[in-house]
Amino acid sequence: MSSHYEAPIREPLVLGDKSYHDISVDVGAPVLGKANKSWWIVFTISLIAFLWGLGCIIYTVSTGIGVWGLNKTIGWAWDITNFVWWVGIGHAGTLISAVLLLFRQKWRMAVNRSAEAMTIFAVVQAGLFPIIHMGRPWLAYWVLPIPNQFGSLWVNFNSPLLWDVFAISTYLSVSLVFWWTGLLPDFAMIRDRTNSPFQKKIYSILSFGWSGRVKDWQRFEEVSLVLAGLATPLVLSVHTIVSFDFATSVVPGWHSTIYPPYFVAGAIFSGFAMVQTLLIIMRKVSNLEDYITVLHIEYMNKVILLTGGIVTVAYLIEYFIAWYSGVPYENYAYLSFGAATGPYWWAFWALIICNLIVPLSLWVKKLRRNIVWTFIVALIINIGMWFERFDIIVVDLSKDRLTSSWAMFQPTFVDIGTFMGTIGFFFVLFLLYARTFPVIAQAEVKTILKSSGASFKRLRAVHGDDHSHVQTVEEYPADAGPAANILDKNFESPFNSSSEDVEKNSVDFEKDKGKIDDLLNAIGTFNPDTETQDDLKKINGVGPVMEQKLHQLGIFTFDQVSRMTDREYDLLDEIISEFPGRAKRDDWAGQALILKNKN
Amino acid sequence: MASKKIHAIYTDDDLLMQAVKQTRATNYHISEVFTPFPVHGLDHAVGLAPTRIAITSFLYGLVGLSFAVWMMNYIMIEDWPQNIGGKPSFTFYQNMPAFIPIMFELTVFFAAHLMVITFYMRSKLWPFKKAENPDLRTTDDHFLMEVEADNHDVEILTKFLYDTGASEISLIENEQDH
Repeated sequence: MSSHYEAPIREPLVLGDKSYHDISVDVGAPVLGKANKSWWIVFTISLIAFLWGLGCIIYTVSTGIGVWGLNKTIGWAWDITNFVWWVGIGHAGTLISAVLLLFRQKWRMAVNRSAEAMTIFAVVQAGLFPIIHMGRPWLAYWVLPIPNQFGSLWVNFNSPLLWDVFAISTYLSVSLVFWWTGLLPDFAMIRDRTNSPFQKKIYSILSFGWSGRVKDWQRFEEVSLVLAGLATPLVLSVHTIVSFDFATSVVPGWHSTIYPPYFVAGAIFSGFAMVQTLLIIMRKVSNLEDYITVLHIEYMNKVILLTGGIVTVAYLIEYFIAWYSGVPYENYAYLSFGAATGPYWWAFWALIICNLIVPLSLWVKKLRRNIVWTFIVALIINIGMWFERFDIIVVDLSKDRLTSSWAMFQPTFVDIGTFMGTIGFFFVLFLLYARTFPVIAQAEVKTILKSSGASFKRLRAVHGDDHSHVQTVEEYPADAGPAANILDKNFESPFNSSSEDVEKNSVDFEKDKGKIDDLLNAIGTFNPDTETQDDLKKINGVGPVMEQKLHQLGIFTFDQVSRMTDREYDLLDEIISEFPGRAKRDDWAGQALILKNKN
Repeated sequence: MASKKIHAIYTDDDLLMQAVKQTRATNYHISEVFTPFPVHGLDHAVGLAPTRIAITSFLYGLVGLSFAVWMMNYIMIEDWPQNIGGKPSFTFYQNMPAFIPIMFELTVFFAAHLMVITFYMRSKLWPFKKAENPDLRTTDDHFLMEVEADNHDVEILTKFLYDTGASEISLIENEQDH
């Protein structure tokens, strides 16, 4: 029997006393439940931004690129800045799901689904810019090598912009199938749990009839591994190819061999910052704090530190080489004395402060594990990495070789509106995703529950590493041979209903009269004429017997349970003495509050 | 002809694993196992052959690489050998550095997509396919082992499965048209 051993030094990745079923319930809850008000508010704002951006795009395409702030010197500015920014953001998703899979990092499991979603939605935004920044976007299909009536006029395979087409489309499509294949078991879980016939139909289609056969799982794991193996070089190549747009040119500041690895590091840096931004909100809104823990946030902060360090080194090298080359033109490149003191000095220093200085605070463990600070740093990095691309593109173009061509760039409202629009579109997609997709790969999290779950770690600490993890504390059921199946003992989770004793299920009213009155005074009484009773069994930790006891006490609704505090828990423990501390440990009040709001 | 099968449901992956090993050791035939998540080592315990899907992926990658080389050689060198920015278009290898990004991308594209399609075909997964897990709980937290009962005494087999720790055992009789 596998021991699920994990070094005790490792902190748990799944908090709380979770069973496999609890994971399904928690992951399924946002999908099976209803959207709350804040979701609708944020969704509406995003939708408005998206529609505004759509208007800007239509205006651009129908009127001409001249509505943007570009000029003859600076032919690329916000369009390609935003393109590179969005592609960069997408990279963290593949990094989490592919590279961390190759490194067998268990912590990826709670974040990979959302990170992959972020990849796909970010690449969709990025993919808009190569089209809309064209002068004649209706001829965009000419970039494809399709046999045609012009004597078969082909494309030129020497251009990095064509490589971009292949890179981005491969990246998007491979990420999509990787993500979708991973989703099949989770869609199947939703399909089998939902009560609504409409949802059942939809998730049947989405889950492709996934049944969870052992052979399917064997292939599934192999496919995931091979896709991870393919996606890892892919993610490195995609941003490399994006960096070739600049690195293969002759523009001072662009023509630089450090770009491919430095762009990739920057992409992971900014991508992780975006993952932090999204997940810190999501864990709160979707009640997933037991799965996306402070430990996950700290791990991601460490990746941010590492990649931010690589980016810093790259900046220093650029700075050094610009000076060391002795080429006078390099003095106006984006990382040089000319840039630091020139007309774009503010963009230069924004980059240095946001990308080099602020992330250094994450070296402090307290700050690295501080959720609010992480959120702020992540936002700052996102801004800083936008400036990095802006600086590379605009600063280098603004002062090129001929002084007669020097120019400045001023964005118009269309430039800005289009960018806002893509942010809106991104959040529209992400918010819809968060309501309809299982946002945590529950099938994967279940595989690490016994090795990295808090409760199992506790069991191991008490009973030793070789303790059986069949879900009971007392016995190893079939270890002693097939005849060891002891009735009613082995099939109960130690976390659910194990301590509920059917024999003693009545409450001694006479003795505890005072305490019961005290309890009901604090949490309110139930009036059967005006209120309806709730199914208290929905609270994790309340079984049929416990519910019966609560009913005897006069507790019938989530509302009542949600008003319980430490004092009421103690009272309850005194009245029902069989399993003290239970209610508090399971946070019945917190659970009841969530359930109450759902109704 | 009627075929009889026994569905034994377990509530724990370690218990299932042990039951699978014991069932195999007793020479009962396990026809299928349904689990909510990948149980590591279960395929080995059930006695499944390793999957060859990674090999297909390698071959698809070779196809993609060949396609990229053929396409760019034909277009850039044979069909229109033009001078674009002074790049040497006389032979494939002279201009090859510029072709490498697309050679790489197409290799990955073919290897990834054709392998995934192969997986979907082999495992019979597609949008309107009906799910075939016999118990809805097997995608949540239950584990189902299906054992052939045709040539066995059902009583003894049931007792055996109960002893392996099954929490529910049911006899399934399939009427098949032949």
